[in-house]
Amino acid sequence: MTSEPGSGKMSFMSKPTIAVKSVIIRFAGDSGDGMQLTGDRFTMDTASLGNDISTLPNFPAEIRAPQGTLPGVSSFQLHFADHHVRTAGDAPDVLVAMNPAALKANIKDIPRGATIIVDKDEFTTRNLTKVGYEANPLEDGSLSSYKIHPVALTSMTVAALAELPLSRKEAERAKNMFALGLLSWMYHRPTEATEAFLKAKFAKKPDILEANLIAYRTGWNYGETSEDFATSYEVAPAHMSPGVYRNIGGNIALAYGLIAAAQQSGLKLFLGSYPITPASDILHELSKHKKFGVVTFQAEDEIAAVGSALGASYGGALGITTTSGPGIALKSEMIGLGVMLELPLIIIDVQRGGPSTGLPTKTEQADLLQVMFGRNGESPAAVIAASTPSDCFTMAMEAVRIATTYRVPVFLLSDGYIANGSEPWKIPDVATLPDLSVEFAKSQEDFLPYLRNPETLARPWAIPGTKGIEHRIGGIEKQDKTGEINYEPANHDFMVRTRQAKVDGIEVPDLDVDDPTGDATTLFLGWGSTYGPISSAVEVLRGNGEKIAQAHLKYINPFPKNLGAVLEKYQNVITPEMNLGQLAMLLRSKYLKDIVGYNMVRGLPFTTAELVEAAMGVLHND
Amino acid sequence: MTDLALTKKDFTSDQEVRWCPGCGDYSVLSTMQSFLPELGIPREDIVFISGIGCSSRFPYYLNTFGMHSIHGRAPAIASGLAISRPDLTVFVITGDGDALSIGGNHLIHALRRNVELKILLFNNRIYGLTKGQYSPASEQGKITKSTPYGSLDTPFNPVSLAIGAEATFVARTIDSDRKHLTEVLRQAAAHKGSALIEIYQNCPIFNDGAFDQVKDNETKEGSLLQMVHGQPIKSSTYGVIRDGGSLKLVELSTIDESQLVIHDAHDLDPSYAFALSRLSGSDLEHTPIGIFRDVQRPGYSAMVNDQLTSIIQSQGAGDLEKLLNSGDTWVVD
Repeated sequence: MTSEPGSGKMSFMSKPTIAVKSVIIRFAGDSGDGMQLTGDRFTMDTASLGNDISTLPNFPAEIRAPQGTLPGVSSFQLHFADHHVRTAGDAPDVLVAMNPAALKANIKDIPRGATIIVDKDEFTTRNLTKVGYEANPLEDGSLSSYKIHPVALTSMTVAALAELPLSRKEAERAKNMFALGLLSWMYHRPTEATEAFLKAKFAKKPDILEANLIAYRTGWNYGETSEDFATSYEVAPAHMSPGVYRNIGGNIALAYGLIAAAQQSGLKLFLGSYPITPASDILHELSKHKKFGVVTFQAEDEIAAVGSALGASYGGALGITTTSGPGIALKSEMIGLGVMLELPLIIIDVQRGGPSTGLPTKTEQADLLQVMFGRNGESPAAVIAASTPSDCFTMAMEAVRIATTYRVPVFLLSDGYIANGSEPWKIPDVATLPDLSVEFAKSQEDFLPYLRNPETLARPWAIPGTKGIEHRIGGIEKQDKTGEINYEPANHDFMVRTRQAKVDGIEVPDLDVDDPTGDATTLFLGWGSTYGPISSAVEVLRGNGEKIAQAHLKYINPFPKNLGAVLEKYQNVITPEMNLGQLAMLLRSKYLKDIVGYNMVRGLPFTTAELVEAAMGVLHND
Repeated sequence: MTDLALTKKDFTSDQEVRWCPGCGDYSVLSTMQSFLPELGIPREDIVFISGIGCSSRFPYYLNTFGMHSIHGRAPAIASGLAISRPDLTVFVITGDGDALSIGGNHLIHALRRNVELKILLFNNRIYGLTKGQYSPASEQGKITKSTPYGSLDTPFNPVSLAIGAEATFVARTIDSDRKHLTEVLRQAAAHKGSALIEIYQNCPIFNDGAFDQVKDNETKEGSLLQMVHGQPIKSSTYGVIRDGGSLKLVELSTIDESQLVIHDAHDLDPSYAFALSRLSGSDLEHTPIGIFRDVQRPGYSAMVNDQLTSIIQSQGAGDLEKLLNSGDTWVVD
């Protein structure tokens, strides 16, 4: 037997099992086929087995592009292994293609010899023609170098659900669960969590629940019984440090980090936000957690979103706004006001492809110079960047620390890759989270709103409701200490330099350099979401006997104090960026050090292979 | 209410007022400083937030908390403050350019949400601080620096706009009429949600005499249609009667005054207040003055905070450890 109906337990009997070290699977289908959900569930079930994982969803900007077309293809890739993985992987071992469009859109990324599972029911003349296949690739021999499994996914799903009171269309919709069941069998994934998930999701729709459960189990049983699938695979758990883990995506980690920071600071979290891809999930997540006293305000536009956050901050709340590049462009003037008012303000930029509307659902790192300099006047703000999905938690807390300590706008850069990607996260012990408590100005006589703390240069956080410190602030240049309007030349020069000095003096940790042999002459220096691909390339290079050092910048304005010394130590510094060299420009101008850029703006993360190749070119002077 | 025994002097800051001589802003400031003690609210619990424009210097001259922000955005900033600090009394100071042009979006959204803001819109029908361009409230054909051949734009009627956004309190008053202005401020302060007060304000430099029709002793009585709740709406010569589903002006001499509309500021149907707002044209010959609309609808920050309270009551306060450990978790030994 393969399953005990209703028990949720499945077991293996007859087929051989092969142990493998790592697997990369890409699920691809129409954007209505539920590929993201399928990928998510496979990820969750894989995480609970203790494999290390990295995921990469890739979907079109259109919610439902015309069915069966190339622009409508949505995919979800995951890489899981018995060892630490850094990226979602360059080349899938398995492609699940739910239709000809999914096959055509993805086949170029699939190495020869890989496994391809397709829904052969979808390979009709009409669907083939729609994407420009002149002959059926399942029949014309063009896929002969792959292990191809044409499976009648749709018709088997519909047949399995024949007893249920569902339309054909409704029954067909469960085919992604068939695919998930089949892959779960192939890789020995546990099924309890997905069954529990489906039960919760469709609690109010018993027929749909039943359909999904049956399709899921049918897919599993098909793997176990069909002669087409002779083997299944096992991936042993990865070695991870002891603790409680969960899988987490960047946007969720960021939302949790903000909630944690609010709690650790004792401040009320106020989010002013306007929906924008790929940042909206932070708004969605925070809006669920009102029991933490979280206020989420969906503003009328990006300007009101940051304006309301600044207003809340003026009143003593933790004012936060979340957006992507186009939103930053709209918010710039208000952020400049935040610089002038010297109030804490947190601006989260989940970067996407630009300029203009650009590639809303794709990743890029091209907002760095915008957040550094995209305001009128000398308008310094702190800039920090998260490097992995789970790092978003830590960096959200750092953004809050800097904003509240120095009363300054802080940009936290994320991007589409880490926002939507996920990885296992060792859940921190709440007791070990940093204390972020703040002090407001107290009632006093002769209050001076711009009298600075001599160490941090921060002015008092003087909130309404505090007797005796009533004062007026604004965007016009202020007199030192009193904060009154002042147009004097020397005062303006002093205030401009003081605001800059405040940001320059922000305490940030030194840059860690990973240089195991200590005598590498080439440094891989990245920032943001390139951490995974760079680390993966560094592993490959070292495995090949190359000497290469690695460092990753999480603090960009100000840079870590030791950065100059680090740059000086290495003959070559390679900086891969998903832009045309923005960090490189900052490094060159500040440290007069040449930087070897590796720059691509394809909307996708770097592959390990291309970074290895780029490094080899530098290491061996090709 | 008067326990605090505050006086006008307590609300006057030490800053030198820097408007042009004869500017209507002076009288509004003076009226506000005189009115604030009446509220019985401590100075530290009052915040004035302004945008950009001549009138937006207002907060500097009041000894309360204040923020002179950026062009058009005061309602957005004030919304964030009011929502996160429902204990405060928040005024927004804006002008016709600030509120109706660059900041039009924030104004209508603050009003439709009914955020607890008292918005004073100083309407001088001109851009003063940028030295004399036409504004979205300027009459069509206006000759200004930027429209030497006359402006082509149809102006906004700020009151119509506010009522269109379903503002719960909308009034019009005049800078120089301290008594009327004070009474409108009083009613606005007593109102629970958003209040929009259009103040006709003279700019002696770039648009002098724009409101003479409703200020000069010779013409004002005949031009101002007084709106007092429970009283017939009329000027000295004209009155307002129903006309099908709408309202129209008639000469008082041609009707029996019992036909006049008795003003009901609490009418929930905004079309009544809207019809009133449409009686006036740019020429100001028939200008309704007073409170167009004063209806009750839950205030936004009250709703936000009630929602938080009820969620915390029903679900308990958030537990960070539980949150971080939610979803599918696994243990590595």
